[in-house]
Formats: sequence, C-alpha cells, structure tokens
Amino acid sequence: MRGRIVYDGVAEGPALVSTEAIGFYGGVDPDTGRIVEAGHPLEGSSVAGKVLVFPQGKGSTVGSYTLYRLRKNGVAPSAMINEECETVVAVGAIISEIPCVDQISLERIRSGDLVRVRGSEVMVERREG
Amino acid sequence: MKLIGHEESMLSGAEGKAARKCMQILTALGEIFGAEKMIPVETVQISGVSYDNLGDAGLEFLRELAADGRAKVPTTLNPAGMDTEDWRALGIPEDFARKQTEVIAAFTKMGVDATCSCTPYLIGNLPKPGAHIAWGESSAVTFANSVLGARTNKEGGPSSVAASLTGCTPAYGLHLDEHRRPKVRVMLETDLETKLEFGAFGKALGEALDGRIPLIEGISTRRWDLLKALCAAFATYGGAPIFHIAGGTSEQWSPPADAISIGRDEIVRAARALDDGADRVDFVFLGCPHLSLDELREIAELLRGKTVTKELWLGVARRIKEQADAAGITEILVAAGAKMACDTCHVVAPLRGRFDTFATNSAKGIYYGRSKNRFKSVFRTTEECIRLATEK
Repeated sequence: MRGRIVYDGVAEGPALVSTEAIGFYGGVDPDTGRIVEAGHPLEGSSVAGKVLVFPQGKGSTVGSYTLYRLRKNGVAPSAMINEECETVVAVGAIISEIPCVDQISLERIRSGDLVRVRGSEVMVERREG
Repeated sequence: MKLIGHEESMLSGAEGKAARKCMQILTALGEIFGAEKMIPVETVQISGVSYDNLGDAGLEFLRELAADGRAKVPTTLNPAGMDTEDWRALGIPEDFARKQTEVIAAFTKMGVDATCSCTPYLIGNLPKPGAHIAWGESSAVTFANSVLGARTNKEGGPSSVAASLTGCTPAYGLHLDEHRRPKVRVMLETDLETKLEFGAFGKALGEALDGRIPLIEGISTRRWDLLKALCAAFATYGGAPIFHIAGGTSEQWSPPADAISIGRDEIVRAARALDDGADRVDFVFLGCPHLSLDELREIAELLRGKTVTKELWLGVARRIKEQADAAGITEILVAAGAKMACDTCHVVAPLRGRFDTFATNSAKGIYYGRSKNRFKSVFRTTEECIRLATEK
C-alpha cells in the first residue's frame, strides 16, 4: 500500500491496531508506553516498538510532547500509520523522528502482522495466531 | 506547498538546526491541511510551558532548539507551573522549581519574552484586526480571533515555537476568509451579567454547536473581562476557536440560515453541571484566564477588611501585578491573606492531591480542576468565591 509521508523513514515491527482514535496526553503513559485511557479498546497494551495503526489522534496538543517523551524513554512506537493524520500526531512524529504515513486504509492490517514502513510505502506480512 | 527563498533556505538547514526542524514541522502541517504557502506572522504566543506537561523530554526538546534557534517575531509565553519568583509561597517542590526554571531559561535564550500569561493581549501582545499571528492557548486564540479580529489557528506547543523561530505559519484554516464564516446563528434570549454566566453560556454554546462557528445575537457588552470568560469556556467545551458577535466584532457577516436559541434554562443547566455542590472548600482560585487590573480591583474591594481563612490564589500576569502594586491594590489583597499567583494557574501548577474541594468563577477552571487535579469543584460567582474563602 502507498500513503502520504508525514515523517519520512524506514521502520518495521508488529502491528498494534486501534479502531478508535488515540489521545496521547493523558491517554498513554510517557514512562512505560502503556495505553492508560479508561475504556479504550487498547487499554493496557504497550505501544513500545510497535507499528501503531490508528485512524487519527485526538485530544490535547500537549500530546505531541507525550510522543517525544515516549521516544526519549525508549518506549515509542517504531512507526505510526493513520487514516487521516491530524496536528498532534503529525507534530509528535516530526519532533520525535518516528516514521509516519497516512491515507492508508486500515482494514488490511491486523494486530500482530509484521508491518514494514519505507517512506510512503507500507508492506504487511500476515502472522497467523 | 510552495516555499520562497528564505523559507527554502531554513528548510535546507542553511540557517541552523532549529530553523530546519521548525520548517519541517510547519511544512508537514501545511501539506496535511492543504496550505499553498507560508504567511509571515506578526506575533506568537507559545503554549506548552509548564514542566508538569513537558517532562524532561520536553525540556530537552526546547533546549536543543535554543542551541541555535532565535525568535524572529515578538513572542510571549503561556503560564508556567509556578510563580517564577515566589514559588515557595505557593508550596511548589524545589525539584519542580529547578526544572521549571530551566524551561523558562531555554525560552529566554531563544529571545522569547517570558511573560508567563494566558492573557498576552492584556500585557502588550495586542495584534490589530486582520493581523496574521500564531498563538497557542485556546482561550487566547479564541479571544484573538473573536474579539480582536486577528487570525490564528489553535497552535500547540511545538507549532507555536516553530512559528516563532521561523516567523511564519502555513496559510490554512482561520488565516483564510472562507474558514472564518459563521455557520449557525445563535439567538441569546437572556441577559448575561456575571463572569459565571458568560462561562456557563460558553459551555452551553460549545456543547450545542459541534464545532460550527456561531454568529451570536444578543450580547451587548464589550467588556473584555466578560468576553474572556466566554472565550475560555467556549474553547474548553468543544467550541471552534472563533465566534462572531453581531454588531460587536470587527468582522461583519450576514446571518447564516441555520439558527438555534439559548435561553436562561440552558445557562442555568450548564452552570449546575459545573458545580459538585459542596458548601465548604479548602482552595479558591480566581484568574482563569489571568485577572485584569479591573478584576484585581474588584476583588480587593470584596476583601477589604476581611481575612482569608482558606487558600486563596489570584492568577495574574506579573506585569498586571506590577500595575496593581503601583495602584495600591496588591497591598489590600495581601493584607487580607490572598496569595498573588503570578505566572501560573491551577491548570498548569502541580496541584493534584494538595486540595480536596475548590471553588472558582471560571467554567474552564472547573474542567481542569476536575480532570487534571481531581478536585471536587464548585462553580460560583466572584462574590460567592470570596465569601467561601473568608468564612470561618
């Protein structure tokens, strides 16, 4: 699949797919990388080292700094894939130097798939079980 | 997106690492939002200042930018997590104070004016109608667009810093005429008098509109103190960062076809939803957004001859406090036992766990008192807040 580059780079990792938007400020613990938003479908999962796949960001603009803190603490996602990237995630990806692509249809990716991001290209390798 | 000479040169790194990183941020935003070009900005207000929100990583990010980045346009700063001089009086831990001081030092090194206030328009950062600016801080953004008629999107921390260190912002959203057009006519069917009522109206309005820009009919006051309460509440409770007041704001628009009305019932309901119903409190905060000199004078009148029995903080820009010092107002406030909380507020200071129940006259203040500080919260008029702060 080919999308639009938000922040250019090469990365790979197991996919972690959210059907709902993610708010990083208050929603993800900057020290552990765990999603802590109560009631979020991925509550309790860690974003560390994952190719984090979610429709878009939400919430406070401080979220960009949360992504930066994740990166500095070594628990950031290895890449991010969005349907439609918004300001908080875009700015977070750029300042944290996390490869980020948007305008990708997310249905074709499942949690656990091995995903490679290279610039605007997204390659998915199914991992059963 | 088309960049011109010096913008290209910043992006290529010819003007240093900070300018390069900042242009990367701005061009990416421009691409996402379909901007065709950059526009120069006249002033910037930077948000993302409290160490409570930035953490060590945010501090490091700012330090890296400060290595070779310099503000290209006049730039002011949002509140910090403490009074930068009298933090001990507010009970701020020493470790926090040291880190917060380093954050401010990084901004100062960039050439930013460390005003530490959410009301830049009260202390000299006052753009003219039509001016393109890049501001963070949702209440100030809404005030700039709606009351001053300046043009800014709601910037976040990094994008406001980026605009300061490059002097430009991508031309999209509220910089363009067509995105400022009101989409719904709002008939306000009752007179609003207090800050509490303006705040409750802002909440009711924000929640009713689903992001649509309103043209409001029925507000006759032009008092900034009341309008800033409306701006802060509207922005906090889901509003677009702009509204128009018929006959009252610098832009004149013809009324849209869609219309709603908001009356006394909706406003009473909104105010009630913000009050957890306690009749005793241990903390009172006034100054969200930061207090004007008029508001300080009003509070001084209410406090004259009384003694504060609870923790009472007055959030204010240091430069307004200096005017209050000169006018003899601070003296009255401090004699009554109020604490001047310069440079900060309860939204960005590290206060969780310090108090149980707090009172404020700010609808925005209630939102953060509940969510960030986990306080039980009561929403009262200024007079009632002072009564709660001084009761035995």
